[in-house]
Amino acid sequence: MAVNASFAGRTYPATAPYAVGREKIREFAEAVGAVDPVHTDRDEARARGYRDVIAPPTFAVLVAQQCDRQLIVDPEAGIDFGRVVHGEQKFTHHRPITAGDELVGELHVDAVREAGGHAMVTTRTELSTVDGEAVCTATSTIVIRGGE
Amino acid sequence: MATTRSVADVHVGDELPARTVHIDRATLVRYAGASLDRNPIHWDDRFARSVGLPDVIAHGMFTMGAAVNVVSDWVGDAGRVVDYGVRFTRPVVVPHDSGADVEVTGVVKAVDEQAKRATVELTATCGGDKVLGRALAVVALD
Repeated sequence: MAVNASFAGRTYPATAPYAVGREKIREFAEAVGAVDPVHTDRDEARARGYRDVIAPPTFAVLVAQQCDRQLIVDPEAGIDFGRVVHGEQKFTHHRPITAGDELVGELHVDAVREAGGHAMVTTRTELSTVDGEAVCTATSTIVIRGGE
Repeated sequence: MATTRSVADVHVGDELPARTVHIDRATLVRYAGASLDRNPIHWDDRFARSVGLPDVIAHGMFTMGAAVNVVSDWVGDAGRVVDYGVRFTRPVVVPHDSGADVEVTGVVKAVDEQAKRATVELTATCGGDKVLGRALAVVALD
């Protein structure tokens, strides 16, 4: 298996800030069929105690996958992107992602292991605001299919 | 203003309203644009077949994102979904003509009255096959 097992424990520095926009939240909510007005109606969001409209629960993947790219394109990691399949995904929200947030993500490679001829890489992206407020922990396991 | 579900109204075994999510190529193109996941296996059947897939497949993250609406709508506020994780057990194949239907159901597996939190297990199937495994969402209740 070409995946570099020594990458477990590695951390990548925070990415450039991602500015969470109201219209991107609307577009994402529409794309997944999320009809809760908290994603589109600022007055409704404020009435529920949020600063502005909030993102659907899986929106964080948009920022987390940009962080994951650092590992996938790292030639030393040995990951063949054409063989990558998404195995698992988890989000722990410390608070909802809100329009106006400027998010940075620090990528941690938590585990690299092999099973059944495939390699599995588990990454964790800690998303926080540029001011250091923790927002979301996104954990992803990708499977790099083996075989010739 | 919507009201958030109260912990007193939630019990282990409660079933959430089920729904069917219809997926066609337009669904996947919209999701590709919104999510910035532009991998052509999700919209170009010639490309999908060239890498050994039977046809275009849905983004796993689309299925994950669409399935949790069952929980968000039941709890009354999408911001109350504090923890959500899934395994992608099978791809959802999306033929051009018929598209695909994913059936989503949910059941309350645990209630923590002290913390005012409940854990919902989601089941998502396509053509009888489970497409998500260990799909658990934790919600914060009133």
